Amino acid sequence: MTVLEPPLALLAELTHRCPLQCPYCSNPLALEKAANEMPTADWLRAIDEAAELGCLQVHFSGGEPTVRRDLEQLVAGATAAGLYTNLITSGVALNAERLASLIAAGLEHVQLSFQDSDAEIGERIGGYEGAHARKLATAKLVRDAGLPLTANFVVHRQNMHHLREMLEMAVAIGAHRAEIANVQYYGWALKNRAALMPSRDQLEQMTALVTAARQRLEGVLVIDYVVPDYYARRPKSCMGGWGRHFLNISPSGKVLPCHAAESLDGMAFDNVRQRSLVDIWRDSEAFNRFRGTQWMPEPCRSCDRKEIDWGGCRCQAFAITGDAGKTDPACGLSEDHARLVELAAGEAEAAADGFIYRRYGAAG
Amino acid sequence: MNGRTIIDMASTPRLAPHMRLRHDKARAQWTIQAPERSFVLDGIAHAIVSRCDGMAALEVVVTDLCSAFPGAPRDVIERDVIALVQNFVDKNVMQA
Repeated sequence: MTVLEPPLALLAELTHRCPLQCPYCSNPLALEKAANEMPTADWLRAIDEAAELGCLQVHFSGGEPTVRRDLEQLVAGATAAGLYTNLITSGVALNAERLASLIAAGLEHVQLSFQDSDAEIGERIGGYEGAHARKLATAKLVRDAGLPLTANFVVHRQNMHHLREMLEMAVAIGAHRAEIANVQYYGWALKNRAALMPSRDQLEQMTALVTAARQRLEGVLVIDYVVPDYYARRPKSCMGGWGRHFLNISPSGKVLPCHAAESLDGMAFDNVRQRSLVDIWRDSEAFNRFRGTQWMPEPCRSCDRKEIDWGGCRCQAFAITGDAGKTDPACGLSEDHARLVELAAGEAEAAADGFIYRRYGAAG
Repeated sequence: MNGRTIIDMASTPRLAPHMRLRHDKARAQWTIQAPERSFVLDGIAHAIVSRCDGMAALEVVVTDLCSAFPGAPRDVIERDVIALVQNFVDKNVMQA
């Protein structure tokens, strides 16, 4: 039996409201209405409970978290609870005054998303005209305020040819860290997979470029690189294992083992408005469902990597096979792996570039 | 564009802004909390990092460590200190 460890980090998805419409958004297809968002007091209690459980960091995300007027209060609450605070933002709605009040509340770091280094392509992907200049202005505000900055680039077939420029831009805007994250295919990204999926060759070129850049930029820029695992031999250690290090609270208070977990049919998630976070972490059905190794089928069960990758990603297993309890098809040992690779290669080749945008208004 | 900072015994490193030395009660260990990452410090790493205040040169830090850990040869301590500080400076967790 695996010992239950305390979580390391809380991802607080404060809202699904967002001015951008990125077609690979990690929010669920069914976006939460503003009226169902959890009020300030419940968030503050949840944050305290996360700290009590052993979390060290809280990531304020969304949607666009700065649309919540109480963000300062939540940052202050997290800081008082001893948590390290991070704001994950599109940067299109942040001015100097707001940033100053967030920093006064204890904000320690900003992760700013860019949809490309090229304004025109980036704005087409994000579905928001004028976004690029606003993001650059936000980057300058963050650095002028002395806060560390991470530039986040979600990469896919339609922008990956700018990878070199993205890294140059990250250095130019004073970021110390760049996240080059290949799209992971759940929810919105799954819907748009045919428009996003790179070919194996493109992926290999990208990986070579990142490897060279890491050497060249040592001591200047730390590069975190997330590969698309459709072409992998072994699956990613998704969330470091289900219910092991990480928890996510949705805008309405649902507590999830990962931000995509709502894509799993037939799973019920406890709500922090009805039950304490401590209870949910330790005893909820959803968290225990795929925790540790007991739930594993073959080939995971007898695999010597079962406590390295924890069976890979449950959401991917479900998206591809319809069964969340199967081995992640990204694993070369999965019976569904060949189909996954074929599917990826076919979509990369078909090059159908139209997007289905993630529009908040459509959710009401 | 910034270049890489090379650490030597005259360097006066300290934690970079917004990097926090925190005791993690749940796991009974020292950590540095950094943007979207957390570095666990063992006893030696904590002894080094907690002495880097931006004023003391590493020469002084090493002398202090030699008296705190009398069993360890000075050249070994020097090597450990330079390696650890260079690694944290490269990751922008410390600056000098």
